[in-house]
Amino acid sequence: MKLSGAEILWECLTREGVEVVFGYPGGANMPIYDAMLNYPVHHVLVRHEQGAAHMADGYARASGRVGVAMATSGPGATNLVTGIATAMMDSSPVVFITGQVAAHLIGGDAFQETDVTGITLPITKHNYLVTRADEIAQTVREAFYIARSGRPGPVLIDICKNAQIEKADFVYPEEVKLPGYQPPSHAPEVDLQAAAALIAEAKRPVILCGHGVLMSGAEEVLQHFAIKTQTPVAMTLLGLGAFPASHPLSLGMMGMHGEAHCNLAIQNADLLLAFGMRFDDRVTGTLSSYAPKAKKIHIEIDPSEVHKNVPVDVPLVGDLKTVLTDLLPLVDENDHDDWLRQIADWKAEGDARSIMNWPQDGKLHVSHLVHDLWEATAGSAIVTTDVGQHQMWTAQYYFMDQPRRWISSGGAGTMGFGLPSAIGAWFAHKDEEVWTVVGDGGFQMTQAELSTAVQEGANVKIAIMNNNFLGMVRQWQEFFFEKRYSAVNMRTPDFVKIAEAHGVPARLVTKPEEVKAAIAFARQTPGPVLLEFRVEKEEAVYPMVPAGAALDQMLRRPVRQDAA
Amino acid sequence: MQYTFIALVEDKPGVLNRVASLFRRRNFNIESLAVGRTERPGISRMTIVTECANDLDAHKIEANLYKLVNVIDVQDVSRQPAVTRDLALIKVKAKPEQRAEINNLAAIFRARIVDVAPDSVIVEVTGTEDKIEGMVELLRPIGILEMVRTGQVAMTRGEHAGIRRTPGANGNGWHLHPAAALAEY
Repeated sequence: MKLSGAEILWECLTREGVEVVFGYPGGANMPIYDAMLNYPVHHVLVRHEQGAAHMADGYARASGRVGVAMATSGPGATNLVTGIATAMMDSSPVVFITGQVAAHLIGGDAFQETDVTGITLPITKHNYLVTRADEIAQTVREAFYIARSGRPGPVLIDICKNAQIEKADFVYPEEVKLPGYQPPSHAPEVDLQAAAALIAEAKRPVILCGHGVLMSGAEEVLQHFAIKTQTPVAMTLLGLGAFPASHPLSLGMMGMHGEAHCNLAIQNADLLLAFGMRFDDRVTGTLSSYAPKAKKIHIEIDPSEVHKNVPVDVPLVGDLKTVLTDLLPLVDENDHDDWLRQIADWKAEGDARSIMNWPQDGKLHVSHLVHDLWEATAGSAIVTTDVGQHQMWTAQYYFMDQPRRWISSGGAGTMGFGLPSAIGAWFAHKDEEVWTVVGDGGFQMTQAELSTAVQEGANVKIAIMNNNFLGMVRQWQEFFFEKRYSAVNMRTPDFVKIAEAHGVPARLVTKPEEVKAAIAFARQTPGPVLLEFRVEKEEAVYPMVPAGAALDQMLRRPVRQDAA
Repeated sequence: MQYTFIALVEDKPGVLNRVASLFRRRNFNIESLAVGRTERPGISRMTIVTECANDLDAHKIEANLYKLVNVIDVQDVSRQPAVTRDLALIKVKAKPEQRAEINNLAAIFRARIVDVAPDSVIVEVTGTEDKIEGMVELLRPIGILEMVRTGQVAMTRGEHAGIRRTPGANGNGWHLHPAAALAEY
């Protein structure tokens, strides 16, 4: 059967189960957009290609499937770059499809020509330049396989315009043959035995639960493991939701803005069980003083992560779910009573400082707002965030009990991620409640996608935490730059009017007594709704491990004498 | 310490760029890199010489190379019985009366004079890096006009194999690996 390259592309995408793509047409991908009309795929027209990338990323994270974003050549493709890097840092499976000028024009600085495979080489798991129609089927098949298998990640396919137009025999490749790409699954028995021996000896073990738990679908076996061995579970920012926050063994979030008792547990542990996490600097603090008493077991699918930041005693390279399932029968039941009691004492001490115990002072605190949102939604909404203070408060106070409902840019820390990723997540779960908690700075970076949300009728609720500051930078300037505020004061537009200009119902909230009604209003109103909260301007996220400090050298929130 | 890796890669456009880009972005230093075809069609072989602080760094290089989809096999032959060779062409300033002297030096190094011009000769020398450095030092006072070197290539002796220290890379245990992967070609 002879089909055009563009038709072959859509044949392959539909066979990969793609139902929605996020993108933007242009000169170099017009044949793809023309052929699209004949296929049962919903296209979401974004307002900026960065939005398409984050939507596909949000879709992938919420659904566990591969997201797809499209753009034309040149500026279309370069606008994707921030979104590709975001997906790369967080191992999110997204296939990016860009148009490229005709093959015979490559290298000649043709109109809208950019070396996209060159630009994206370091920020993709793999990428392809396709110059002929007969290469498309094999390439798409490989791209999806690479994106979702092993340690997932973004794959980019740059398709020359001639390859989209020319005809070729369409044969769907039944299998993928990649001799240089064979993701590991099982870890060797000898390593499992070594790990089990360390676990048997441990008196103060802590599990470090990362994004890999979600990626590998290991949530259930992790629970079995934690309960059987009575090992407390600390989570990375992206690991939130992989283990229920309400579980007695949950320590909450670790790291720079992690719970104090969680970081204390890690620093005092005699065994760390790192599951699908990569010892990022935001979770370790200074490496030389990180968990000095602990042996370390690292279950990780990417061998280049082993020993990268923290040398480990037993690396188990393989698929987390598979390895943990193999390891579970080799470990004994335990209770670790003394250790859990010690952690409970630390936790009680921290609770005294909790902002939740503060008396009502007439001001809006983000942590309180997030707590109200958590209560109103019974903790079951899909919540995406932007990057900054509001992100940390949401991580701390929206207690995630279920997986794949917490969507945030971790490794890249990409501002502007919140709104588009929420739209993407909504496409993955249209029947579920989707909120995005954003700051006034980040929201304005991709605010244009409000228009996309309206066009698509995306049922996304937007909560802007407006403090008229770039809050996290302001906090660092307060703590580490003698409060010399530099370029952090931000005059914001009237967000309610912006929403109304889009036909989006909106409310401004300035007083604590208005909060619950506003959240209820957003929940009851179908389609996108925007709430602007004028929050306390100069508040700091606590606890905080300053850059360069040991993980247990936290700046703690001052205890208020009037606390309840 | 200097480490020498042998990497088998798919012979496809851009693969050299991927490897070079990887070394750059991971902050590894390439001392030399030689690439060429192998006995198998579709597979190229790279010999990469790098400066690493220790075996942990060598592990990082190996493991990162495996992240490239086009890299099929990586072995570290730094401390294995192996033949390593570098080839240099050295153009030396030489009046006719100096040719005999250069010829004598070349003979000691088992080098050859491969081109003679009125004012210069080209010396071809093959060997380990040390040997070539030695030859270069002796030719320098005479006057080196130009020099080109291929960079090191390496091959283990007999049945010896390089070290593959990356756990679980490219399959479940490298020992299952390169033969099985190569068989697909």
